[in-house]
Amino acid sequence: MLKNHLFANAASSFAPKFDEIFFVLTALSVFFTVLVLSLIVIFAIRYRAASTIDRGKPITHNTKLEFTIIGFLSVVGLGVFFWSAKPYATIYGAPPANAQKIYVIGKQWMWEIQHPDGIRENDALHLPLGRPVQLILISQDVVHSFFVPAFKVKRDVVPGMYTSVWFVPTKIGKFRLFCAQYCGAFHSQMTGWVTVMKPKDFAAWEAAGGSFSEGGHETSMVQAGKALFNKYGCVSCHGVSTGMAPSLSNLYMSKVHLTNGSTAIADDAYIREAILNPTVHVPVGYQPIMPVFKDQLNEGQVLDLIAYIKSLSSTSLPQSPANSASNRSGTDEKVKGKTR
Amino acid sequence: MSVTQLENTIPESHPQKTYLNDGNTIGSWLLTKDHKRIAIMFLISISLMFIVGGWAATMIRAELVEPQGHLMSHETYNKMFSMHGIVMIFFFLIPSIPAVLGNFMVPIMIGARDLAFPRLNLLSWYLYIIGAGISLAAMLSGGVDTGWTFYTPYSSVYSNTHVTMTIVGIFIAGFSSIFTGINFIVTIHKMRAPGLTWFRLPLFVWAIYATSIIFLLGTPVIAITLALVVLERTLHLGIFNPAYGGDPILFQNLFWFYSHPAVYIMILPSMGVVSEIIPCFARKKIFGYNFIAFSSLAIALFGFLVWGHHMFVSGQSVYSGMIFSLLSFLIAVPSAVKVFNWTATMYKGRISFDAPMLYALGFIGLFTMGGLTGLYLASLTADVDLHDTYFVVAHFHYIMVGGAIMGFMGGMHFWWPKITGRMYPEKWAKIAAVITFLGFNFTFFPQFILGYMGMPRRYHWYPPEFQTLNILSSIGAAVLAFGYIIPAVYFIWSLKKGPKAPQNPWRATGLEWEEVPSPPPTHNFARLPIVEREAYDYEWMDGRDDSLSAASVAGGKGDG
Repeated sequence: MLKNHLFANAASSFAPKFDEIFFVLTALSVFFTVLVLSLIVIFAIRYRAASTIDRGKPITHNTKLEFTIIGFLSVVGLGVFFWSAKPYATIYGAPPANAQKIYVIGKQWMWEIQHPDGIRENDALHLPLGRPVQLILISQDVVHSFFVPAFKVKRDVVPGMYTSVWFVPTKIGKFRLFCAQYCGAFHSQMTGWVTVMKPKDFAAWEAAGGSFSEGGHETSMVQAGKALFNKYGCVSCHGVSTGMAPSLSNLYMSKVHLTNGSTAIADDAYIREAILNPTVHVPVGYQPIMPVFKDQLNEGQVLDLIAYIKSLSSTSLPQSPANSASNRSGTDEKVKGKTR
Repeated sequence: MSVTQLENTIPESHPQKTYLNDGNTIGSWLLTKDHKRIAIMFLISISLMFIVGGWAATMIRAELVEPQGHLMSHETYNKMFSMHGIVMIFFFLIPSIPAVLGNFMVPIMIGARDLAFPRLNLLSWYLYIIGAGISLAAMLSGGVDTGWTFYTPYSSVYSNTHVTMTIVGIFIAGFSSIFTGINFIVTIHKMRAPGLTWFRLPLFVWAIYATSIIFLLGTPVIAITLALVVLERTLHLGIFNPAYGGDPILFQNLFWFYSHPAVYIMILPSMGVVSEIIPCFARKKIFGYNFIAFSSLAIALFGFLVWGHHMFVSGQSVYSGMIFSLLSFLIAVPSAVKVFNWTATMYKGRISFDAPMLYALGFIGLFTMGGLTGLYLASLTADVDLHDTYFVVAHFHYIMVGGAIMGFMGGMHFWWPKITGRMYPEKWAKIAAVITFLGFNFTFFPQFILGYMGMPRRYHWYPPEFQTLNILSSIGAAVLAFGYIIPAVYFIWSLKKGPKAPQNPWRATGLEWEEVPSPPPTHNFARLPIVEREAYDYEWMDGRDDSLSAASVAGGKGDG
């Protein structure tokens, strides 16, 4: 009862976990603050200079008591640490298999959202109630941070690196979206709204092409990626058996042997780097002849291309960036650590 | 005890040769090698910087009264909080206690006639002045808008403000810290008086020693890191900007590797001050001397292992996050040990409540709250929400203002009679201490709630639902300002009009009180002392019955 009342505002699967830990930390803080302050006040009154109370022999140390306190506080600290570690590792880790991936691009000073079906929104994000959602975030310029206080969820949005966070929206409503990492002149206006809708309403919204928002309905990310693939002539080398460049079918999440002797897993971060800075890692058997695209594609287009390359795989592995991050041992430094 | 009696203890007809009247020319100050004069020059310099930083804070709080403040543009607001942070951290808090009170007191406390390297000490001041001058010039000529954290690639590529010039100033001032640190470490190792073993040292000396270790190990890292930012800005070397092949998270690792320990640079010396004040005004040997001494060292060393707790949401791996969280919970323990020992010192004491004691007690209360709220941010799950909100702002102000500045003010009042030879007005000092404590809580407690509600830090404009608490905070800031203005007025007043201070107004232990007149002569000791007792032997101090302590009782002790 009390619990339901206290945490009535929790709007995501993560928020109740936050609330519990916040509540316990607050209880501990109040306890220790009151303890210290009341001891000080009691001693200050009882042992004030004017008081003639018998002070006995002054005590100057008590090693046993000190170690008891050190031990007790360490145990309390470790307890809170372990308790609070799991929800953190969960939301930044692999999402459930049915999680909807949504892509978030931060740039000075707006949020661009890409839904896989092609709906794009600016400074707005629509989500269906009760379905796990994984946000894949990247910045076009400086570090930003995606922050929805009602969800108690925050994730830095970093240039050159995919980050992710997943949660389940558990409350219908319109919630504030903030940029929490200082990003320049209009930092405090890099805000927006997250709207959580009933699944039925969300389906209607999707069908209408996201007309509830400012964005418009475009082709799906896979289709948009295919169009880019053709526009930039990627197919002339990466087409079937040209011999000039590796085939991209079944590339996603496969193991790639590189000319520098290392191997890499072709996850989102790897493919992004391979498009933007292809000379950084060249697969065995090929020449470093691919042009550099880092000045021609924005992060949204790269995400479209990755979506298209993923669609060329016959087996669609439910692999998240955070998941792939844990099995990227042995890859070179550029690939390593891009997805964290 | 009346003022007349005070003055009788040191007859006017007996003009003393002190460090203050040993040469009155400007040159005798600017070229001095006397640690005490250098401390005074630091005091004046950092006070001026505090006024600059405080003015910026005033502008910030005035602007945040309204959700869409219109006193200044977004750009100006961003420059304002950047200036506030840079000035207060690099040019006020970091040098505050070490360069002023440490500089003045450490040699006297250990029975030395000066620091080991007096010329290096003077160079420290000049480097500080040059660094502060360059950074201030950058601010006057247009300012910098990166925040004191200089996060890349914003600082290294995107900002169009005077990042390079500001960094050059901080870089140069960093050498001031390093030289000060070297000086203290060598002095404390090599120049202690006969009989003054490590475990007879005042705990203030231990705290300054621990701080100096951080100065030496940490400052070079921030210097190099900021130099790399400048290199990326000017030469486009790919270090932090991914577009050039760099890694923005690398900057955060390097920056916090220094800047977290820097928090301990700010708070450890204050802890040292509090460890001096509490036993004196409780008339009791400090409780658990060894634990307080070693907890300073533990904090200095562990402080280097927790930087990643600033990066829980940055994209560092969750496993790194866990290790940093674990270590952050553990570093709370030595701080808690200190709080326990200070409190236990009061047990069965004979406590009086002069201004230094009020500041020290205020320190304990505010530091406890600051420390406990640090646990929220050390906790991974809680930090995901609270990171980069006003909760963090409130937390570190409880540590750096509620803790570090309360300690600094406590120390200033405690040693003011020794430094200037004059007493400050006790009644006003008590009023100021209480106003500071109340105004501080009034300013920063609402910010905890704002952070919990989700207000991000560094927001010029904010949603209207946050306005009430922001107004409260701004009113509190006005109260707090009085808490700083009042001491500024009476300290300056006391220089000419304050009653003459006796050698030991607090009947405190320690060489600076027992062996040295107020103010001290240029070379501190006529003959070097030999130490025969442990620190804080107040049983001995109160039990002895000689004329000096009888005269010193005139200091206004409650039970005197």
